[in-house]
Amino acid sequence: MTTHYLVLSALLFAIGGIGVLVRRNAIVVFMCVELMLNACNLAFVTFARQHGNIDGQVIAFFVMIVAAAEVVIGLAIIVTIFRTRRSASVDDASLLKY
Amino acid sequence: MITAPTIEYFALAPLLVIFGAAIIGVLVEAFAPRYLRRAIQIPLTLLSLVGAFALVILQTVRGVPTTPAAMGSVAVDGPTLFIWGTILVLSFVSVLLINDEDQFVPSAAAVPGSAEEEKAITEGAAHTEVYPLALFAIGGMLLFPASNDLLIMFVALEVMSLPLYLLCGLARRRRLLSQEASVKYFLLGAFSSAFFLYGTALLYGYAGTVDLAGISQALAVAGGTETLLIVGTALLGVGLFFKIGAAPFQAWKPDVYQGAPTPITALMASGTLVAAFGAVLRVFWVALGNDSWNWAPIMWGVAALTMVVGSILAITQTDIKRMLAYSSIAHAGFLLIGVMAVGDRGQNSLALSGLLFYLVTYGITTVGAFAVVTLVRDPGGEAWHLSRWAGLGKRSPKLAGLFAFFLLAFAGIPLTSGFFGKYAVFSSAVALGQGWLTGLVVLAVVASAAAAFFYVRVIVLMFFSDPSADGPTVVTPSWATSAVVGVSAFATVALGVFPQPVLDLAEKAAKTLFVQ
Repeated sequence: MTTHYLVLSALLFAIGGIGVLVRRNAIVVFMCVELMLNACNLAFVTFARQHGNIDGQVIAFFVMIVAAAEVVIGLAIIVTIFRTRRSASVDDASLLKY
Repeated sequence: MITAPTIEYFALAPLLVIFGAAIIGVLVEAFAPRYLRRAIQIPLTLLSLVGAFALVILQTVRGVPTTPAAMGSVAVDGPTLFIWGTILVLSFVSVLLINDEDQFVPSAAAVPGSAEEEKAITEGAAHTEVYPLALFAIGGMLLFPASNDLLIMFVALEVMSLPLYLLCGLARRRRLLSQEASVKYFLLGAFSSAFFLYGTALLYGYAGTVDLAGISQALAVAGGTETLLIVGTALLGVGLFFKIGAAPFQAWKPDVYQGAPTPITALMASGTLVAAFGAVLRVFWVALGNDSWNWAPIMWGVAALTMVVGSILAITQTDIKRMLAYSSIAHAGFLLIGVMAVGDRGQNSLALSGLLFYLVTYGITTVGAFAVVTLVRDPGGEAWHLSRWAGLGKRSPKLAGLFAFFLLAFAGIPLTSGFFGKYAVFSSAVALGQGWLTGLVVLAVVASAAAAFFYVRVIVLMFFSDPSADGPTVVTPSWATSAVVGVSAFATVALGVFPQPVLDLAEKAAKTLFVQ
């Protein structure tokens, strides 16, 4: 039965991955990364159930904490560049190239 | 009944010292008055690095532990201690560069070019938060190669990366570039760590544990879902290859190296690379060592692509820091050769000692080169465009000579440390005596020759063209920057002429290999 959860987790991960590649707003890109992390959590918890040990569930907590820390840093950076450029589009930030 | 876990505090002491000092640094930011902060942070940071280094030496003298610490989650073994020593030395010299005036923004919250920023500059404001942030990053760098399970490795990866994302955005000049570098590094870094995490999840699904030794045992027992193993290894590899900047995951490196404040670039280019290679070795040798026939062909392709991309694209660069970034990409490719040179125990320790030596030589030369970059200035900041460096050899021959020397070390010319580093890694790969790896070494030598072209081009530019009238000024270095340049130059010469002591040390560290 756990297979369904794994398929869902893979789908969420893929949606997140595609979102990072196609969306332009830095905030939305970042939300897609968070979606990928949550897909990982689902996979961890499912495997924990499958193997009958709680390692995966414990890891999910760690991942949540790390994701929270990442949000703090990420929003700080995105807000800073938004204040400078009046835009959070990742396409606009194109001074560094080649 | 729950039994309390045992923690070997002595083995973990260097980590605890660094993290402890970082936390004290944060408290200093909160409670100390503004005018005192700098005077407290600098000694605190430097002393904690020295203290951690002393503890590493003490542990080496007292005998290297043969079992992992903290219930098997952190492995303090020979290679770890060597890598710790290397990272601490590189961090110490990088912090001396960070300490230099005028590298960081007075107020990160002020919009570039606004009245607010003007006010912060005239008031002489400064972000002393960079010191605790750097210490957290250094602590992450120490934990990353020492972690013995994938969860600790993921946490260490984030502890190392998150402060660096912030530090990248704090350059004093050309702030738009710096902020852009920060956003790019952050988004791509978070993306890659999501891959790392999903790889961890799949390997957990395969083995039922995230312990590196446990994964290795699960590999030895037949059974388990092969798909989980292969996809998990691939995703884990994406995360790790991103951190070392191997192609096709290298795109962030030139942008971030160019935009970040140069002292932070020096810290990233040296410390992060050493730490990330330690982690790569641990994952691919300890956990997935029994599966090398699955990952080695892919890594072969990645290594070949990395050195070709690094060497070829460096030729077209006009920004000095971007050029050094591509050079760092090429070096990551050379180092990957050593990761693939696995065989029996003797062969493994030969390859490992070669890699450790290469990391030392590359790290110290890199810090020296970036230290020189901070000294050549235009009115608007560092003279980043290569054409501005024309004729520097005639205006200030000493500085240009040192920079030329660092470039020759990158190219791997004999009598510089770079030569012995390359020799140690390449010879260990050839010693394996397998055609596919020897072929890669041949490619690496060709790529080194191509890379030598653009290093020499810069040297020719500095010494054989006339300086322009409005050329950049070479600032008089502070004692700290002169010390960094001096130490790096000395190490580059010493390791090039008389490498034996450090080679012996690397060999001793590699002898026991990684503990399981």
